[in-house]
Amino acid sequence: MTWRSAKVVELRDETATARTIGLAVRDWPGHIAGQHVDVRLTAPDGYSAVRSYSIASAPNSDGHIEITVERLPNGEVSPYLTKELMVGDDLELRGPIGGWFVWRRDQTEPIQLVAGGSGVVPLMAMIRSHASAGSSAPFRLLYSVREPGAVFYRDELQALSGQGNSVVITYAYTRMTPTDWPRPAGRIDVELIATGTWPSNLRPTSYVCGPTSFVEHATDLLIAAGQDRERIRTERFGATGERK
Amino acid sequence: MSTSMNYLDGNAAAGELSKIFAVDITSAEGQCANCGSKRHFAEAHLYVQCPGLVARCALCGHVLLRCSNIRGRVFLDLRGMTYLSVEAAPQEASN
Repeated sequence: MTWRSAKVVELRDETATARTIGLAVRDWPGHIAGQHVDVRLTAPDGYSAVRSYSIASAPNSDGHIEITVERLPNGEVSPYLTKELMVGDDLELRGPIGGWFVWRRDQTEPIQLVAGGSGVVPLMAMIRSHASAGSSAPFRLLYSVREPGAVFYRDELQALSGQGNSVVITYAYTRMTPTDWPRPAGRIDVELIATGTWPSNLRPTSYVCGPTSFVEHATDLLIAAGQDRERIRTERFGATGERK
Repeated sequence: MSTSMNYLDGNAAAGELSKIFAVDITSAEGQCANCGSKRHFAEAHLYVQCPGLVARCALCGHVLLRCSNIRGRVFLDLRGMTYLSVEAAPQEASN
């Protein structure tokens, strides 16, 4: 797979620390919801750094994709992408990558999405793909997030969850909840899995994405709730992705 | 957070391995040479805090794949897998 040139065409803040970057990619072959790209930055002295970012946008044919990048406190690449990058800048990009952690529009079974923090990004691509295709597959999202201000795509998610229940959303706040929220802040647990996910007898396919510890915890809970391990797909990310 | 959870998964190796494999590696299925379990490569635990990449069996921890870039050559060690199977027909729009 070769590196392609991509031009920044739009920048949009999602939260105080995360930014969506719209890219026009030369000769983009199209993607499937859930896939990611590798982004390469090269310094004038030739030093280069590569990071993987999930595609947030739905598949389309116009050669335009969006990624959402969360700024990591000691990151080497994310501070640049979320603070310095400007519209009109060029990036190098390799992709689309991955054919396993994907949702295809011909899938009709119930879908359970489970996001930890910025793990919502590839799941958002699935939700957008589901909406733009007018799919009737029942979609549900359990979104674990630190606090209300850390929610990505808030307005769009709200609109999609209102519209004939295109997607049913359950939020789980781990540090701070909105006022009068019924559940105290805390990580997802057995009770939340019972009320916020499809029952196992519907045989959903689940997609779990987040930091490694979140993915392990959530997957264990889904299996304990009777979900078939074979029908759970996972994608882990971490600040450990230091690759050159 | 557990400090032992310092791994990613096979999804994160796919870009790098696309230099070598013409097919999507995440949906390839491999058999662990140690415990015999068959899983998608996407499910393998991936360690990147080392020179190159090391993928381990999610079940038994056995090393499945090592890939490193040394002096302009890519070295690939696959002896931890009995086999790797891939879709014969090309997938729609994937790569």
